[in-house]
Amino acid sequence: MQPGTLRSRAVVLALMAPLLLFLLFFFAVPLFTMMKSAVSDPVASQALPQTAAAIRGWDKAGPPSPEITAAFVADIRNIEDDELFGDLVRRLNSAKAGFRTLMAKTRTAARETDGAVDLVSVDARWGDVAFWQAVASAAASPITDRNLLAALDLKRDAAGRIEVIPPERSANRATFMRTFWVSAVVTLACVLIGLPFAMVAASVQGWKRQLLLGAVLLPLWTSLLVRTAAWFILLQDNGPINSALMWLGVTESPIPMIFNRVGVIIAMTHVLLPFMVLPIFSVLIGIPKNLMPAAASLGAHPIRAFWRVLLPLSMRGVVSGSLLVFMTAIGYYITPELIGGAKDQMISSVIAYYAMGAANWGMAGALGLILLLATIILYTVYIRFSSEEEVRR
Amino acid sequence: MTAFIRLENVSKAFGPLTVVKDLNLEIEKGEFVSMLGPSGSGKTTLLMMLGGFERPTSGAVWVNGKRIDALPPYRRNMGVVFQNYALFPHMTVGENVAFPLKMRKVARAKIAEQVSRALDMVQLGSFAARKPSQLSGGQQQRVALARSLVFQPEIVLMDEPLGALDKKLREQMQLDIRELHRRLGLTIVFVTHDQTEALTMSDRIAVFNHGKIEHIGTPAEIYDRPRTRFVAEFIGETNMLAGQVESVAGDTAQVRLASGQQVRVAASAGLRPKADICFSIRPERLRVGSGDGAQNELDTTVTDIVYHGDHLQLLLRAGDQQLLAKADRSGKIPEAGAPLAVSFSASDCWIVA
Repeated sequence: MQPGTLRSRAVVLALMAPLLLFLLFFFAVPLFTMMKSAVSDPVASQALPQTAAAIRGWDKAGPPSPEITAAFVADIRNIEDDELFGDLVRRLNSAKAGFRTLMAKTRTAARETDGAVDLVSVDARWGDVAFWQAVASAAASPITDRNLLAALDLKRDAAGRIEVIPPERSANRATFMRTFWVSAVVTLACVLIGLPFAMVAASVQGWKRQLLLGAVLLPLWTSLLVRTAAWFILLQDNGPINSALMWLGVTESPIPMIFNRVGVIIAMTHVLLPFMVLPIFSVLIGIPKNLMPAAASLGAHPIRAFWRVLLPLSMRGVVSGSLLVFMTAIGYYITPELIGGAKDQMISSVIAYYAMGAANWGMAGALGLILLLATIILYTVYIRFSSEEEVRR
Repeated sequence: MTAFIRLENVSKAFGPLTVVKDLNLEIEKGEFVSMLGPSGSGKTTLLMMLGGFERPTSGAVWVNGKRIDALPPYRRNMGVVFQNYALFPHMTVGENVAFPLKMRKVARAKIAEQVSRALDMVQLGSFAARKPSQLSGGQQQRVALARSLVFQPEIVLMDEPLGALDKKLREQMQLDIRELHRRLGLTIVFVTHDQTEALTMSDRIAVFNHGKIEHIGTPAEIYDRPRTRFVAEFIGETNMLAGQVESVAGDTAQVRLASGQQVRVAASAGLRPKADICFSIRPERLRVGSGDGAQNELDTTVTDIVYHGDHLQLLLRAGDQQLLAKADRSGKIPEAGAPLAVSFSASDCWIVA
């Protein structure tokens, strides 16, 4: 390699370094940590090393062998760190209720003597195979699929088979479905409003175009709280929209539009519209001006020319706009949180609850991971679609 | 019997700007008429009005005895070839050519047959499955041509169709279009700003200036007997000489040039002594060397010599008058700065308004 190119590469690298470092420390590392917390479960295998080794040979059906109980007692006796013991109890208790008192009792009993301890006589619950199954699955491996399964309303039963958690006990699937449904409706609304709007904006010139684009970009420039406050005022029962509808005689009594799905969709569509309009607009202004006259000269009525020429050519913008809107919408948090009702919370709210309310980073990470996966799949589809389009053009 | 295409006092204004002014034009069936003029002279606007993309502000457009100026473009049945081709990028070449037939609800089997015939006509029979972006400029141009002809229109409008092609390809396409014109008996209205193109292709040329037709006629008429100074200077290269008529005798007039020299020029009708006139003499009509007495002679100084391959272009000066002459390379090559006598006959001089 020539010294010149080496130096220019070094310069390029140096110029990119701030961005790369920023991305590494504020994006890649946190993302990786989050994803790792979704699947890592190191407490039990760390606190119970001898048990972990001994219990591997157990058939998980009959009573545990004396070696296993001896290893377990030795492990309990060896835990000096109270914090680690606390973590272990919390971990086991989350798998099966009752471990809190059981473990405290067992620790006291184990510390009283240096010899063997008959666990069943310390507490009858040790005679119950279910408690040993919980210990076994917790100690088996430092990684777990528990959170990921729970994120999809699934769990492993005592024998390790995956089973569905009944809907009344976990609503993650319903929330995911609601998130995708709301996002799809918002995307559709954005297409229906954005496509004609972009066509009008692309067909005019000068200040008219600036005005139209400015109008659609305005929500991006407005503070989220101002925007939300504005929707509060507009959408409430005696707000201007309901007043206008009642004055026009469209409705007798005010239509509830806030703290429900309707309000969420209206507000999200408003905020996300620029992400639909701009890609379509940029595709449209790239379409040669003389194609529609050409279609007309070839005998196409304007409506047919629109269907056969303008619409197919703007589809690329519609597809990229739709993906942009949809992918942004599934991660929406503030708007549904503030404008939606209790039944309109999207998956981001659940993630926020686990991360900030319940301090359950594992679940927050797992839900986030599922969401990220959905986005990546969509994005891959989009890349496929657009690159195929590129080849065909 | 009225003309096939007739424009009657057609005007077109965009806001305060009048682009076409009170224009009258008749085009016969099967004619190839070029609209030639500088940009902004109204030639493209006129074509757009013929095609129905613009409506005249006033006046009427008649085709085949029917008034059509209110008819939308999709009902005019005219082939239009646009600048930059205007092919549909999302359709294949075959789909592009089939488009006008589909719009006319032609049966599918017939479409396939006509499309392949149209593509064969422009030597692109094997390109039907390609996208326009996979073709060269000249090939795209030929697709556009096939698409505008496939539905067998009687009138074809072309808006600077060859402007984006390089010189060689352009010349080939000129010949191809002329051939198609003859073979299919088309009536073609062809807009161009390239005077060579207009001269080689057209039956008649309409020279546009400021929204009006300055001169319409056959290429030879336009070139040899331009009606106005603008036309003389726009078509080809020419020398414009100003002077005052001394006397008129028969079909020649004695003219005193600004430099004081006297020359004889072919007189136009109604020319009177003392009149200030301009006449044009084409560079190729100036002969290097002294005349034989019957001819005019000018004493000039060579200011520059430009090499053109097949000939030399001489830049000459006679007093304040700049002159252009063409010199054969076989003769004696003059030197820059040297005096040079040029001669020309009176009949090659053309007095313009």
